[in-house]
Amino acid sequence: MTAILSIRDLRKIYDGGFEALKGVSLDIEEGEILALLGPNGAGKTTLISTICGITTASSGSVSVGGFDNVAEFRAARSLIGLVPQEITLEPFAKVHDTVSFSRGLFGKPADPARIEEVLRKLTLWEKRDAKIMELSGGMKRRVLIAKALAHDPRILFLDEPTAGVDVELRKDMWEIVAELKASGVTIILTTHYIEEAEAIADRVGVITGGELLLVEPKEQLMARMGQKQLEVQLTAAVSEIPTELGQYNLQLVNGGGTLLYTYDTRAERTGITHLLNDVAQAGLVLADVQTRESSLEDIFVGLVSQGTNSEGSVSGDAA
Amino acid sequence: MNWTAVATIYRAEMARFWRTFMQSFISPVLSTSLYFVVFGSAIGSRIQEVDGVEYGAFIVPGLIMLSVITQSISNASFGIYFPKFIGNIYEILSAPINFLEVVAGFVGAAATKSLFIGVVILATASLFVDLTIQHPIAMVAFLVLTCLSFSLMGFIIGIWAGNFEQLQLVPLLVVTPLVFLGGSFYSISMLPPVWQAVTLFNPVVYLVSGFRWAFFGQADVPVLLSLCAIAAFTLACMGVIWWIFKTGWRIRA
Repeated sequence: MTAILSIRDLRKIYDGGFEALKGVSLDIEEGEILALLGPNGAGKTTLISTICGITTASSGSVSVGGFDNVAEFRAARSLIGLVPQEITLEPFAKVHDTVSFSRGLFGKPADPARIEEVLRKLTLWEKRDAKIMELSGGMKRRVLIAKALAHDPRILFLDEPTAGVDVELRKDMWEIVAELKASGVTIILTTHYIEEAEAIADRVGVITGGELLLVEPKEQLMARMGQKQLEVQLTAAVSEIPTELGQYNLQLVNGGGTLLYTYDTRAERTGITHLLNDVAQAGLVLADVQTRESSLEDIFVGLVSQGTNSEGSVSGDAA
Repeated sequence: MNWTAVATIYRAEMARFWRTFMQSFISPVLSTSLYFVVFGSAIGSRIQEVDGVEYGAFIVPGLIMLSVITQSISNASFGIYFPKFIGNIYEILSAPINFLEVVAGFVGAAATKSLFIGVVILATASLFVDLTIQHPIAMVAFLVLTCLSFSLMGFIIGIWAGNFEQLQLVPLLVVTPLVFLGGSFYSISMLPPVWQAVTLFNPVVYLVSGFRWAFFGQADVPVLLSLCAIAAFTLACMGVIWWIFKTGWRIRA
């Protein structure tokens, strides 16, 4: 796979002296969905703005489809569609007009059939003659996506597409993103919702304090750092953990009715067989057994709390 | 040049004008008529001819300049300030277009609007007074150049402005006094010599004078100087805009 977007040592220091990006390097493969995960103020929007030309980089380079985003800005920007975080639409404009405007602005000739296709894909066709101010918040977000897609970009940036959006709409948005991926568009989205990254991303990048802590395939990240828990539910509650089971570092929860065993998925032996044998040996009767995987959230919280002092971070570990 | 993008911005800006067409059309007609009722009939009948031109006719070029200058500034400044205010300027900044294309779209539309208003005022004025235009080509040239140069200035004001109050500030505090004191309604030869000299520092004097020459063949300052002045002003505005886009001043962090 070749990288469609290549970021090298990108730095941004704002006029006030605030360093929003501290040398970010990243390669993004064509056709993938990359989720940039990070708390507020991590540098996610600055990164996107710098790639798209809204903010000027202090140093470093960005190559889009092989074109430098400054020296060859026309070719580079033509490949990019941007959906901003805030709803920034002219309230009096009509849906169809504003989407057509976006296509023209990118120098593409008018193509009513293509605009209709985009509007239908985003279920906006019925609303094509409505003014922006007449639309719901969710519809407005769809208009922003339609505008970004109007010039047929190969890369789509979604800056917190589901911030402040209800659960149903969020699922809707995920479906749209999945469809876009299926049509071959490379998608980079920023989010601070872990479940969003977990649900739709192929790779996850964790950014905080202007540094990319790591970029890894989602499953690999979860497998590498994930822990699993085995819940052993007992038929009768116990007041304390039997001494025979001391070596397993069990927790007693649910009023003594459940034993919780935490193990590492990377270990050669998880110890589950021995544990269950020893539980039976101790005279306890099992009612039920289930396992729970740690979520990306647990991993994320762990990473961010370690902070930027982890010098050996895998920033730039790309493609 | 990305002409599709230029035409797209131009059309979108003009669409706002057509949406409020009646306001755009009626207000200059009304204000021009009022000027003629007051200056043409009520007061004008008691004022003697200026440089051999009836006073009602004499003020027409100044009146057109007054409206065209204020309209150019307000149209262009609002045109670029509005997307800044709403936030959809991100689209302009991330599009594959350079500053010349952005300016051509926004300023072109703003200048078209004020040109239209200038023509409406001229047509309205011709209903009140007898007008013969001695140098029609020069008249059109001065009118178009004024629309363009002050739309460029408006564009700069729109980028500079941080709020709606500032958007009004320059037109109100700088441009209106300059236009009124620029010989719109009088010949600067009517002033005492000292004030005549001071007035020559007012750039609007050169515009009004040149424009009036195109109508009546008489000017306060040489026509060539007027042309040079407006050309220099246009170039200066272009220079400032080029610098704004190069440095990203107030538009690109």
